[in-house]
Amino acid sequence: VSRGVRLLMFGIGAGCVAAMFAVAFFRMPAFGGTAHLYRDLAVPASVAHQTANVISSVNFAQRGFDTLGEETILLTSVVAATVLLRPAPEESRIRPERTGRILQATTLVGYLLLPGDAACGVRHRAARPGDPGRGFPGRRDPRRRPVPGLRGGGLPGAGQAAPARPVRGRRRVGSAVCALLGIAGIVFSGAFLGNIIPSGTFGQLLSAGSVPVFNDAVGLEVGCAMAVLLAHFLQQDIIITAKSERARRRAQGGSS
Amino acid sequence: MNVYAYFVAAWLMLTGGYGIARSRNLVHAVVCLSICQSGTYVLLLAVGYQNGALAPVFGSTIKPSKRVVDPVVQAMTLTDIVVSATVTALLLALAVQINKRQGTIDPDELRALKG
Repeated sequence: VSRGVRLLMFGIGAGCVAAMFAVAFFRMPAFGGTAHLYRDLAVPASVAHQTANVISSVNFAQRGFDTLGEETILLTSVVAATVLLRPAPEESRIRPERTGRILQATTLVGYLLLPGDAACGVRHRAARPGDPGRGFPGRRDPRRRPVPGLRGGGLPGAGQAAPARPVRGRRRVGSAVCALLGIAGIVFSGAFLGNIIPSGTFGQLLSAGSVPVFNDAVGLEVGCAMAVLLAHFLQQDIIITAKSERARRRAQGGSS
Repeated sequence: MNVYAYFVAAWLMLTGGYGIARSRNLVHAVVCLSICQSGTYVLLLAVGYQNGALAPVFGSTIKPSKRVVDPVVQAMTLTDIVVSATVTALLLALAVQINKRQGTIDPDELRALKG
């Protein structure tokens, strides 16, 4: 379709949608009103489980299964993006010259993140020994590489300092898988998404049972997934080039 | 009856849709889609709002007996944001791939989509 026809079709469709919105909005409870049926159910449930943050309680206890599904969406999308960002047939990965160096601050941040990553790995390994997750590339050698993802200085230097072996990408995907399996291990060890940690009294720092643990695990997974995505987009820009581009760069390097 | 906030959400959605319809650049279209999705955040949060109610995080000053805004829609907004971030990442990866294969990111010039 031509541009004009497309915009006309959009105009008709948008007009209809706007009319339906208007009809719906004028029949909805008014903005700022007092009738909130879900709130009236969620808040007592959260208080009964000693969880001060009701949103966390909803996300990680009352709707925990939905959160797990959402994390699966995240994982699937990261895997899909990884597949999409592979080199095309006419492209290849270049090994970048080691012109830069990793900032000490970057290395420090990497080391500071190590305990969290290690906890993620330990949690995962302790949760389900000998489970079918062994096949994932991120776990190929758990002794040598128990910590996936954000290793010291590895990620921010992905373009410059990282060796351009394709296995790196798979490891990063594996890190997301590990985090998800870690969550699954926690989840499956009790009743499915059941609270396996005794809850304390209201107002204590760790009174909410498994909510902070689940929250932590999801946070790690989202962090790993973002790291994977960022690393792949950076690799796309820096490491992967078309062969013609590569030849051009080589010619430039030869002449200078 | 005060429904102004709902119309802000609808306006965001339709504006984003208009941007996608007249887009000449796939990255621009992805950004417009993000605007569309932010309309859903506004709608969800507007549905859960209550005049004078507090944030649904209890503590020493906010007792569970106090009125709070709806936490369920806030949790759903969080879910919404994560999902929209993944959709954005996936679409941007697709745009990169389309640019490689077709040499353009103008939707009007994509030969494979022409009938």
